[in-house]
Amino acid sequence: MTPLTSCLLLSALLFSIGLAGALVRRNAILVLIGIELMLNAANLNFIAFWRYGSHAEALTGVMFVIFSIGVAAAEAAVGLALIISLYRHTRTTDVDKLNSMRG
Amino acid sequence: MPKDLSERIILLFTIFAILTVTGAVAAMSLRNLVHSVLALTVAFSGLAAVYLLLGAQFVGLAQILVYVGAVAILVVFAILLTRDSGTVPLISGGSWRLLRGSGIVVFAVFGVLAWAICHSSVGRHTVHLSHDTSIYEIGNVMMQRFALPLEIVGALLTVALIGAVTIAMQEKEGRR
Amino acid sequence: MGEAADQFFVNLLHRLVDHAPAGVAPILSSLLSVVAILAVFASLFAVTTILERKGLGRIQNRYGPNRVGPFGFLQPVADGIKSLTKEDIVPHSADRVVHYLAPLVLVFAAFSLYAVLPIGRNMVLADLDAGVLFFFAVSSVMGLTIFMAGWSSRNKYSLLGAMRAIAQMISYEVPLILVSVTVIMAAGSLSTVSIVEKQAGYIGVLPRWYVFTPWGFAGFVLFMIAATAESNRSPFDLPEGESEIVAGYYTEYSGFKFALFFLGEYLGLFAISGLGITLFLGGWAAPLSFLTWIPSYLWFFAKLLAMIALFIWVRGTLPRLRMDQLMNFAWKFMLPMALIDLVTAGVWHFLPQGALRWFVCGALVVVPYVLLSRWLMQGWKLEKRVYRFAE
Repeated sequence: MTPLTSCLLLSALLFSIGLAGALVRRNAILVLIGIELMLNAANLNFIAFWRYGSHAEALTGVMFVIFSIGVAAAEAAVGLALIISLYRHTRTTDVDKLNSMRG
Repeated sequence: MPKDLSERIILLFTIFAILTVTGAVAAMSLRNLVHSVLALTVAFSGLAAVYLLLGAQFVGLAQILVYVGAVAILVVFAILLTRDSGTVPLISGGSWRLLRGSGIVVFAVFGVLAWAICHSSVGRHTVHLSHDTSIYEIGNVMMQRFALPLEIVGALLTVALIGAVTIAMQEKEGRR
Repeated sequence: MGEAADQFFVNLLHRLVDHAPAGVAPILSSLLSVVAILAVFASLFAVTTILERKGLGRIQNRYGPNRVGPFGFLQPVADGIKSLTKEDIVPHSADRVVHYLAPLVLVFAAFSLYAVLPIGRNMVLADLDAGVLFFFAVSSVMGLTIFMAGWSSRNKYSLLGAMRAIAQMISYEVPLILVSVTVIMAAGSLSTVSIVEKQAGYIGVLPRWYVFTPWGFAGFVLFMIAATAESNRSPFDLPEGESEIVAGYYTEYSGFKFALFFLGEYLGLFAISGLGITLFLGGWAAPLSFLTWIPSYLWFFAKLLAMIALFIWVRGTLPRLRMDQLMNFAWKFMLPMALIDLVTAGVWHFLPQGALRWFVCGALVVVPYVLLSRWLMQGWKLEKRVYRFAE
């Protein structure tokens, strides 16, 4: 198994764990955590392809991950603010109970 | 085994990979939400260590700074501010169909990904870096080729900050 | 002779490692450095506790500890034995694992901060390319350990203290990092070693430290305020305000774990002072050009002790802030001033050397400072304090 393959497999495993969590768990915060894990798996792919790809000096993979981390931080902030706001409305963070469009 | 990866690096990679996966599994399966956030920080730190191992020093440290230092604490605050999420069941009652469905989806996704990775030709020919990247190069690239994306990310973060504050505060103002 | 004394510890390390077989040499070398750092800073912690207690005592017009050993200087030993032999109480409903892990992770994180601090010439454990970033990444982990301690204790005072500490640390981390960015911009490097090297050299007898520039001076003052808040020291010691919330996040800790928290807090203080010295005060460089014969590490520790004395002095002088004052100060004053300082550092970089540069940059720092503080103090009714004495 080459190093690139092992990185990609780790990333796939991480993505699947995140996906499983986001699908199975019913708490909105845990769903968000699952999404964060999936984002991280994608980041690992970028780094792995940058490290073992052919144009490493262009640093595209690294830059993509840096921007992705920035966007993920924004996403977490807004997502958690939404969850808190929803909780104030409905007194629950269970995504199954949040089935009405009118708050 | 390829020659450019010495045995020590393989050992370290294995340790960090196990740490990351264990943390991720624990984060997604623990009942107590705070425990699962703490497990999540373990996963993030393991991933940061993998980045450092791959020679991406800046990304690894930024990962710790942003994910462990900021996102985890943000999540913890959200957990403490929403009372019903102290301890939550692994699967909410009666949703075995959901569990079966998501199980099928997850295993299908992982199976396809793993099959594709193992059978593609990408992994076979690896070019190894002649030099480690310095922060200086990252800075240069960021300020020249990626100046516009950098500005956009800055604007996005500002908007997100203001938006998050507005969303989270709104209710309080209305009730008073 | 000066050279030999300066490089004494470096040469000693090389000589010790030379005899080891080639395979274990690098591991042995870093192990010895780590042990040295642990020993030196742990004993500095002991010295600081007694100095602080005696200094505070003098400021508050009392003696301070003076019973154990000569002038009470063996007090830390007595304190250590006491904390080791005390019963380690864990609350019944506490989350045992997290409660146990919190102080350990805190001390571990605090010690790893020293990996990137250049203590003397050629005396740094890891000259990382991104040294300053490493420092901030690790110190952000300390906020999480404080949360772990406060949450796992299942005590409302602990939780309140932890929430206060985290809110405060995150708020003051923003100006702290922004102010450090000015130095990083000026030095053109994130590596602590090369930041120190950039400040080497003298103009006449005076050093070329960043603190002797308009933006550097403003930055240093902001850095010190933010560092006080980061290390939860008075006047920013709300997280452990004993008159309000018992002892904050470590209310439920006793015995050796309490001592570990104490140690971690002081180690954080030393580390952030060390970072301030590295960024603004020229690291291990001598303050005057004719004093360079004194070994570099002695200068580092002299500066560190001076910073600690300043912290003790501030603690003995200023009263504790209120939570809203603390937050307003961070977001309405520190953050704008840090941003202005960042702009000033850029202007300084592009103006030609001379008096004009000093004038423009000085004005860029002073004018916003005056205007901002006027604006913030608008509604305040400040009167001359009237003292009333017992008849």
